Amino acid sequence: MIPELGNFALALAGALALGGAVLGLYGPRQPVLQHGVLSMVFGQWGFSLIAFAALVYAFAVDDFSVAYVANQSNTLLPWYYKISATWGGHEGSFLLWILIMGTWMLAFSLRSSQFPPHFATRVMGTLSLLNLGFICFALFTSNPFLRLIPLTPAEGADLNPLLQDFGLIVHPPLLYAGYVGLAVPFAMAVAALLEGRIDATWARWCRTWTNMAWAFLTCGIALGSWWAYYELGWGGWWFWDPVENASFMPWLAATALVHSLSVTENRGTFKSWTVLLAITAFSFSLLGAFIVRSGVLTSVHSFAVDPERGMYILIFLALVVGGSLALYAARAGQNTAKVGYELLSREFFMLINNVILVVSLAVVLWGTLAPIGYEALSGGRISIGTPFFNAFFVPLGLLLLGALAWLPVLNWKRTRVEVFTSVYQALGIAGVLGGLVWFALDPASLLVAGAVALALWVLLTHGRQLWLRWRKGSVPAAYLGMTLAHVGFALGTVGIAITSTQSVESDVRMTPQSSTELAGKQLIFNGIVEVQGPNYAAKQGLFEVIDGDRRYQLRPEKRQYFAGGNTMTEAAIAPGLFADTYVSLGEPLEGDAWAVRAHYKPLVRWVWLGALLMAFGGVLAVFDKRYVRQRRRLQAPNAESVTA
Amino acid sequence: MSRASFYIPLGVFVLILSMGYVGFDLGARNDLPSALINKPFPNFNARLLNDPEQTVTREQLLGRPTLVNVWATWCPTCLSEHEQLMLIAANTDVQLIGVNYKDRPEKALQWLAQFGNPYDLVLDDRDGLLGIEMGVYGAPETFLLDANGHVVYKRVGDINPRIWRAELAPRLKALGVAITDAAEQESKDS
Repeated sequence: MIPELGNFALALAGALALGGAVLGLYGPRQPVLQHGVLSMVFGQWGFSLIAFAALVYAFAVDDFSVAYVANQSNTLLPWYYKISATWGGHEGSFLLWILIMGTWMLAFSLRSSQFPPHFATRVMGTLSLLNLGFICFALFTSNPFLRLIPLTPAEGADLNPLLQDFGLIVHPPLLYAGYVGLAVPFAMAVAALLEGRIDATWARWCRTWTNMAWAFLTCGIALGSWWAYYELGWGGWWFWDPVENASFMPWLAATALVHSLSVTENRGTFKSWTVLLAITAFSFSLLGAFIVRSGVLTSVHSFAVDPERGMYILIFLALVVGGSLALYAARAGQNTAKVGYELLSREFFMLINNVILVVSLAVVLWGTLAPIGYEALSGGRISIGTPFFNAFFVPLGLLLLGALAWLPVLNWKRTRVEVFTSVYQALGIAGVLGGLVWFALDPASLLVAGAVALALWVLLTHGRQLWLRWRKGSVPAAYLGMTLAHVGFALGTVGIAITSTQSVESDVRMTPQSSTELAGKQLIFNGIVEVQGPNYAAKQGLFEVIDGDRRYQLRPEKRQYFAGGNTMTEAAIAPGLFADTYVSLGEPLEGDAWAVRAHYKPLVRWVWLGALLMAFGGVLAVFDKRYVRQRRRLQAPNAESVTA
Repeated sequence: MSRASFYIPLGVFVLILSMGYVGFDLGARNDLPSALINKPFPNFNARLLNDPEQTVTREQLLGRPTLVNVWATWCPTCLSEHEQLMLIAANTDVQLIGVNYKDRPEKALQWLAQFGNPYDLVLDDRDGLLGIEMGVYGAPETFLLDANGHVVYKRVGDINPRIWRAELAPRLKALGVAITDAAEQESKDS
């Protein structure tokens, strides 16, 4: 009964999405229809919530007559994994996607009084149209409420053990919040094109939503990387896997958008480019969904694949992206503005930033799609891996850092040459320190020293400018947010450079009571004990690490799950701000011996801390006075002076 | 910037989209070489579709010629070749093994109940791992193994009466499979 109710609620949400799309795009200037669209947006959210709750309920009570529950869950699962199993597979995760879409729409509609009513209505109409596409996809090709009657199994097939983890509980919701959140700037871009009005005010409206979506996406990607690090048992944190690339591409486009919006808001230029980026960012979200859910590329993130879904997404992608780009081609040309700026100006450096990010995006796109193209043309298979991406991303990343260091002293339009003295001084200090790092670490890795020096340069120039502003008492939230995000980028780069070149990885054969040396520490293997989990039995390795005066235990596990018969490696990690010690069990060898994988990973945490700082900076900027003030002003009655 | 340049993004998108479509449509190609020809069929350990408790390994298939047919309920071509597979099952003594590829077991069982089951055994390959081992491009695909488990022939695409007459039946005969006249007669008629 409850699953049918969920199905019905989802269908109702779809009907309301259809209504919202038609009314919102057909009659944005009629007050009655405006109110109609608003209530339909509330309805879409409400019914998506009911549908999602119905599915969660089916998981909570182990209703294996629902096919999706039978495939994803098991009576032995702890209750929190039963709940998170709701989004552990394709159908349920897409329902979560729809719920998050509804939530963004709700958030926008609650703030819609900030905008001219016809603009807000067009945005909500566009969002409803997208949501209609999502809901139809769920209803017709991936319905999570389908029943297995009368073949109801007594026991479920269990959630993939890889996904029985805290990381999975939070990773998809955050990532989807980022993916779907990009629909808001996309809809704003479409509405602006429809109205033929793209200006600084539009950019200001767009920025808060873009920043929030971007921050969610950043957190989601960082969390996915952290999860891969501790759960997959290989000690890596980024694999250039097609699904990772699928999340990285919208992130690159959104990062470019965040910067380009700043130029449009402050200087009224880059307008059509900004709109194009807003369309691109969301298009890559959809492309990501196509890659992950259609089975065009296989990866560790496999969903049960069904080509009719792939075809649906492909057609949806063609309509949404093709339609919006056609609209762009027809309308964006009306909005060219001639605003001059010199080479030494913020505008020009933002342009550098955008070019680097777009080139990066093209590299990732090429690396992801080229295998398909090659296969189509020659019938053979190639795989594009880390060396290809490194060959581009190392120089591009360094270039980006090098350009970023100048930013704090740059003015809009034009900058006097004298102010660069402090930048050169900072470069001198950073160069010396980078040289020391080079000498201390490994004279062979010049690029690492370069990355460290450039990051230090960024930190110094940003720190100095923040200090100067602080003394003058003018540090707006947006400025602080920007500085934090840039510092996060610099620290993250240092983390990436150091951990990918200075890590020590040793795969050794160990017998009980033997010991091995790992980066100046002693690792002692004290044998194996058997332990029982709620739905698995495990062999637990007892390891002791002696690091000078410090001694600590590490207990990696090899788990055998009851339901699927899967074996899982659970690494044991001693985390540290400056280095992780990572031990995982490989295969049992003859006698009592085990293959043991021991890693020493310096600064690996900085990769994720950097990303979190970036996300935090992005959110902080939203709370800047100028955005909050705009909210208050427009909420006051009769503030409709901005109507086009 | 001229007005025409605003059409560039649309053009790039159409290009990427057509590539996506091609990637999606690869299964339709038939001139694909198989790395497995004249090599042993890969080792596997797969669950049975109708009884997940039981597993089957490569060794259990040896001893007689075997057709391994990769199929799924989401594949329309699989339905069109299904009749031919039923004929093969009825009129020859070849061992016919189904690999249910990237499919949902409950859908697959329903399909077999509805259209008939030509297979001696159906392996459950819902995550497609066996398919990767076999180098499957897309369903349907059919592998012919000799009694020692070597792949002698691979067909990408459907088994239709023409393929059966021209390519499959002669190879089965060469391997010593008994084929009743009815099979040849019926396939000529259809």
